[in-house]
Order: sequence, then structure tokens, then C-alpha cells
Amino acid sequence: MTPLELTGSLGIVGYGLAAIGPGIGVGLIFASVIQGTARQPEARGAMMGTAWIGFAVTEALAIIGIALAFVFGGL
Amino acid sequence: MGLLPLETGGEGFHAPSADDFNLPPLFPGVPWLAWLDKYMLQAIVATILIIIFWLVMARKRQMVPSKSQFIGETAYFFIRNSIARDNLGHDFRKFLPWLIALFSFILINNLWGIFPFTLMPTTAHAGWAYGLAIMVWVVYNGVGIAKHGFGGYLKLATLPAGVPVFMWWLIIPLEFFSNIIVRPVTLALRLFANMFAGHLLVLVFVLGGEYLLLESESLVNNIAGGVSLVFSMAIFGLEVFVQCLQAFIFTVLTAVYLSSSLAEEH
Repeated sequence: MTPLELTGSLGIVGYGLAAIGPGIGVGLIFASVIQGTARQPEARGAMMGTAWIGFAVTEALAIIGIALAFVFGGL
Repeated sequence: MGLLPLETGGEGFHAPSADDFNLPPLFPGVPWLAWLDKYMLQAIVATILIIIFWLVMARKRQMVPSKSQFIGETAYFFIRNSIARDNLGHDFRKFLPWLIALFSFILINNLWGIFPFTLMPTTAHAGWAYGLAIMVWVVYNGVGIAKHGFGGYLKLATLPAGVPVFMWWLIIPLEFFSNIIVRPVTLALRLFANMFAGHLLVLVFVLGGEYLLLESESLVNNIAGGVSLVFSMAIFGLEVFVQCLQAFIFTVLTAVYLSSSLAEEH
């Protein structure tokens, strides 16, 4: 007899794992932006443009993770 | 699809799932209108609104701008300067109308997700995002082939400058995979999955909150449901931000891909 029985899909656990990497990545991007702004405030505009693109590219991994969690949700 | 822990099956709460995005036709009894579902109607209305907006903005131009002209010019200059010119360089004018149309279409269709009478982003249905990405794929490859010729474009897209000959067998398939095959897929998936996940989040907060508030017996659950309903407004705020950001990102990446296939050979 199992002490704690969990039912449902493994997809949600997989999505949790898949979100670790993008979480770290997005954090690194904005940490760099904050540092860069502190060092050179007038370059903020140029940095934010690049940061949003980098943010979107990194975040895509987490988003693909949630899409795949639904794709494999029935397994 | 038992993805969410609240799913109980049978009676009780039904967790929102991917099936909530498959909407029936608006007029189920009429066979020749079977193509007209909510997404199609939203896209048609969005197209009409965008055409009217840009026509009105382009019509009455004055030296001293009125308020509406100021709004139109701000929107136009935003796309022209921060998307087209920054990424495409000096020959951005050729692609500007297309980029503006793309941005407006995606933005309005994303914003249907928070408009009170629709509450469903058009691009949350995967087909719309795939269609947009296929269009972008055809355009950036077509532009590259028109400029460099077929062989020249393939060389530009698959072989970065300065790669030694003995590494070509590795680099060429990798670059082909990343530049020709993966690009449209990630472009479509990013837009679609952001809208999909955002709408799902709203559904979870609103439907779950409603269930806890009205159906549950326990007082703690009722309070939690009320808090969840209030908090769903914050989720809507986040959604507005994400919807605008994704329209921006889609257009910026399109411009980046265009500029990479227009680049001079080194």
C-alpha cells in the first residue's frame, strides 16, 4: 500500500522541470540589464531593446514546455 | 486531460484544458457558414478595424497634428524606427507597410483576449500562428532568393563566414536546420503558446475562483475563491503586457530574419 497516491499527468511535473532553465535564463538577462543600467544609465534604451528579444527567445523554452505538457498530457 | 490537480472527474470541478480552445461554428445549422467560427470573425473584424484605422490616420494630414493624427504618427513611428529601421538598416522602406500590417494584425488579434465581449485571443488557436509564421517564412526566404539567387542564398543562410573547410559537414546541416526549419516553428509556437498559456491562466483563476466561491462548503475555500477572482484582474493586466510584447517580438524577429537574408556576403 502506498502512503501517498498521486494521480494525474506526469506532464505537469515535466513542465516544472522544463521551467527551471528558462527561469534562470530570464533572471540572468535582467540581472545584466540592471547591472548595465547602473554602470551606464544612458545606455538603458539600447539595452532594453536587446533584453526584450533575449527575454522572448529564452521564455520560448518555457512556453514550448507548457505546450508539450498538453501534448503529452494524455500519457 | 488530467493536467491540473483540481480535476475531480465526473461531478464537480472541470479543470480548463486544451479542449476549451476548440470552438464550434457560430451558426451550426448553416452548412455554408461552417468556416465562420469565433476566431475567424475576430480576425475579419480586426482586419476591417486596422484598415479603417490606418486609412483615417493617413487621410487628414496637417502640419500641426491633431490629437488623432498624433496617435497615428506615434504608432507609425514606433514601428518605423524601433522595429524596421533599427533591424533592417537603410533599405527598410520596402518592408515597412508589410511590417506595420503584421504588427497591427497580431496586436489587435492578441488584444481580443482582454476585450470584454470576445475574451479569446485569435492567435491562441494554433492555426492562426502557423499561418502567420508560414507567411513570414515564405517572405524572408523569397526575399533572400530574389536578392542572392538560389545558390547564393543557401550559401548565405547555411554557411557563416570564416568557417574552415573541414568543419563544413557539421556546420551546414546545423545552420540549415536552425535557419530554415526551426525558425518558423519557434516563431509560431512562441506566439501561439504565449496566448494559449495566458488564456488558460485566466481560465484557471476565474473558473477555479468561481467554483471555490460558489460551490464549495468550506469558508476557507470561499475566501480563497474570492481572492482568486480579485487576483484574476492582475492576471488580465499581465496578459495585456504579454499580448503587446508578443506582437512586438513577432515583428522584431521578422525584421531580424529579413535583414539576415538581405545581408551582404562577406
